[in-house]
Amino acid sequence: MGKEHTDRQYEGQLDELRTRLLKMAGLVETMLAEAVQALVEDNQAVARKVIALDSEVDTLEMKCDELCLRILALRQPMGSDLRFITLALKMVTDLERMGDLAVNISERALDVSGHPRVFDWTLIEQMAALVGQMIRSANQAFIDGDEALARETVHRDAEVDALYARSFNQILDTMRSDPESIHDGLHAQSIAKWLERMGDHCTNLAEQVVFLVRGKDIRHANDAAPESK
Amino acid sequence: MTPNASTVLNPMSIPPPVDGNTKMSSEDLRVSFNGNEVLHGVSLAMPRCSVTAIIGPSGCGKSTFLRSLNRMHDLTSGAKVTGSVLLDAVNVYADDVDAVLLRRKVGMVFQKPNPFPLMSIRDNVLSGLKLTRTLDRKSADITVERALKQAALWEEVKDRLGSPGLSLSGGQQQRLCIARSLAVQPEVLLMDEPCSALDPVATARIEDLIHSLKGDYTIIIVTHNMQQAARVSDHTAFFLQGDLVEFTPTGRIFTSPRDSRTEDYITGKFG
Repeated sequence: MGKEHTDRQYEGQLDELRTRLLKMAGLVETMLAEAVQALVEDNQAVARKVIALDSEVDTLEMKCDELCLRILALRQPMGSDLRFITLALKMVTDLERMGDLAVNISERALDVSGHPRVFDWTLIEQMAALVGQMIRSANQAFIDGDEALARETVHRDAEVDALYARSFNQILDTMRSDPESIHDGLHAQSIAKWLERMGDHCTNLAEQVVFLVRGKDIRHANDAAPESK
Repeated sequence: MTPNASTVLNPMSIPPPVDGNTKMSSEDLRVSFNGNEVLHGVSLAMPRCSVTAIIGPSGCGKSTFLRSLNRMHDLTSGAKVTGSVLLDAVNVYADDVDAVLLRRKVGMVFQKPNPFPLMSIRDNVLSGLKLTRTLDRKSADITVERALKQAALWEEVKDRLGSPGLSLSGGQQQRLCIARSLAVQPEVLLMDEPCSALDPVATARIEDLIHSLKGDYTIIIVTHNMQQAARVSDHTAFFLQGDLVEFTPTGRIFTSPRDSRTEDYITGKFG
């Protein structure tokens, strides 16, 4: 990383915020993986564990917000520090929402628990794995200030969208051929949609990293490709 | 109609081409004191009717640069200035430019309020004008009222214009000094840390004043306070060790500066 701030207390506050954000992202990644594991393996204990983890994410969100406000009020950050603080305020919202979606998936896992397994969860598992990778790579890009990795993460959302479209049709086909599966099928559709939304939140995270590194806003611009110098 | 700078300062000059939006500019400006160069060839074009802030750490040359714009170094022994400073199209360092007339066009407000201690508020406002011409009573009254209103001080002092300038508070004294500068109807106002001796309320008044003046004047302000530069200026120049590092619209320099040295300075990373 670059030079440190002359004011060590300020440096410490920024480090603390960075650490909390990374912890939040790590928790959300775990919640996602375990929510889908609970669904696929019909494991109620794991589903309940994910639901319980949400309060930790909520607490971290509030602590990050509080720290951001304190830094804004007391330090009047500028340049990359200002971009970092504004990014952090947005990142926590995306991460908190992803935690909520993992809870939703866990609650559906509990709803379908014990039912006959008529759905092929392979595409759902692939989506979850991909979204998990996106969380990790957005995180890594944030840690390393890696614009290329952040842009690559943005591009991966198209893969999630493609998997969602395939999953939607597959679940629909199963429900058509077996009307008994409609109850669980509707839950399966919701889960696929939430995973697709989590991909969108990861895209937000990665776009915010590009803003942090480059000071350039790439949202809504169809411009996630690396720029020629 | 006010004659423009070129006719007042040097009627014979042949103006070089300049950007129509540029009021004042320097070209390869170097300043040294007793052979020690402290400004190393600064070229900077400052837009008219806008506020340009100059920031940088102590000793970076920002005040030296500011003072060179109206030839304040002329009276400093051992000072040498090379390169050029253009006011509109006139090189203010040309041999035939009258420095006193130049300083009427390019006024200055200093760090510490410095009203003339033995003069009344009214005489302080008129002191610059009296150096170059005599005024009848009515013209003087009009000038005093206009300058004090422009400096947002009129309402506070209109009933005690005969009181000494030093009877005012620090913030009022600084606005009196601004009124004194405005009385001579300058085109450019140089401000060297104008709020560093003032409390936050007086500072806010001066900053509000800067906003209201920039429609009519080109203002160039040196400040240590980056938040102040961010609040009042349209463009910001960052100086470091006698060099101009970056000159960028203020909205950008404090969020996404181009140069890593600017980034280090505004985020507080030194050494």
